[in-house]
Amino acid sequence: MYPAPFNYHRPGSLDEAVGLLAELGDTAKPLAGGQSLIPILKLRMDEPSDLVDIARLPGLHFARSEGGAIRIGALATHANIGRSPLVEDIPILGDCANGIADAQVRARGTIGGSVSSADPSADWPTLLCTLDAEIVCRGSNGSRNVPMRDFIRDSYTTVLGQAELVTEIRFKVPPANSGGAYIGYKKSAPAYPTASAGVQLTLADGNVCQQVRLALGASGPRPVTSEEAENLLRGKTLTQALLEQAAEAIVEVSDPPSDSRGTAGFKRAILHSLFVKAAHRAMERAGGSRIVGRHEYV
Amino acid sequence: MSEATQKVAVEITINGTCYRRTVEPRMLLVEFIREEVGLTGTHIGCDTSYCGACTLILDGSAVKSCTLFAVQADGGEVITVEGLEKDGQLHPLQQAFSSEHGLQCGYCTPGMLMSSLALLAEQPDPSEKDIRKGLSGNLCRCTGYQNIIKAVKTAAQDLREA
Repeated sequence: MYPAPFNYHRPGSLDEAVGLLAELGDTAKPLAGGQSLIPILKLRMDEPSDLVDIARLPGLHFARSEGGAIRIGALATHANIGRSPLVEDIPILGDCANGIADAQVRARGTIGGSVSSADPSADWPTLLCTLDAEIVCRGSNGSRNVPMRDFIRDSYTTVLGQAELVTEIRFKVPPANSGGAYIGYKKSAPAYPTASAGVQLTLADGNVCQQVRLALGASGPRPVTSEEAENLLRGKTLTQALLEQAAEAIVEVSDPPSDSRGTAGFKRAILHSLFVKAAHRAMERAGGSRIVGRHEYV
Repeated sequence: MSEATQKVAVEITINGTCYRRTVEPRMLLVEFIREEVGLTGTHIGCDTSYCGACTLILDGSAVKSCTLFAVQADGGEVITVEGLEKDGQLHPLQQAFSSEHGLQCGYCTPGMLMSSLALLAEQPDPSEKDIRKGLSGNLCRCTGYQNIIKAVKTAAQDLREA
């Protein structure tokens, strides 16, 4: 299968890339790892006139901790992140980076591409909601930071302008006694998840929840978050009954589509159990347990 | 799209030989290798980045060559299944797939071999779980995978002892 013909550009710098996108207009698209875009082009679901290959732009492949913040370059691949020391301290990152698709896709796909393509089933946008991440965007008028929770407007639609690129993902290093978990449930390794759940929390003595962020993926056009569910848990001793209650509250506001991966009812049932499982794993990790997690498939 | 179809110069080193061609930017790497260079060991299976039959090594990583434009690999180094055999000697992975019956129809085998090569480069002594995870992007419709896993284990041992 071939995409429709396009013109190819490989700018040498970020400024040049942004300039080219502005000059070429809204039929041009950036190409990074291509693991979401190329299948879309091959199915001719999109036919851009021009592709601007940004994969080799220098200085955007990092993943590091710096002055209390985590900074991940937009062109860091899932494999780069999964192998970085960050996953030791922030295990929820490893769940995602080492769980997405398969080794071949993880070697090419980038975090910036995942966030920008805004596929409703993509893992990074959902996960980054639990870390209160900010997306650093660069356009011809300079840079701006957009909270992950505001970045995606609808399925495959972000706040990015036509000539604007994601350059970096930033979030604060979680405080001591924090833990998180992200679990995607999928039919096979290369598939997008049928449903996914992420929980990031900070515990005080006696399993008292100090801070918590929750998100569900593949459950509507955008990542699903619920302050109501978070409020149920914050300040409370986390019990099974309370987690079940929070699961009900967040699943209530989800809107998973019935499709080839399952009916909406089936997905809600899966979301409920994924959420509770992720919460338990997050609590164990906050307590200091080293648990290696990954997506689940048969 | 402009009227004239753009062509771009692409230079890729495949199994140690440098190939220069002028191709449309939409040409996939797997087509470049099969049609332009004539190395047909790399197979096209699903053509949608699921099955892994087209897996090869690009700059040290296993990648799906049906989900990569040739122009993206410009300047890169590729190893295909044809690059495994040296001086008439099968690579230990090829030998083990043969001795452990790790293939039946053989269609998925080039991809399986290349994913296994990348896996063993990173994890020379993988557990069964590591192997299952490492090969999770490669589908086989014949073997039931058991013998493929055995073959990778055997090859890992042979490579460590070599």
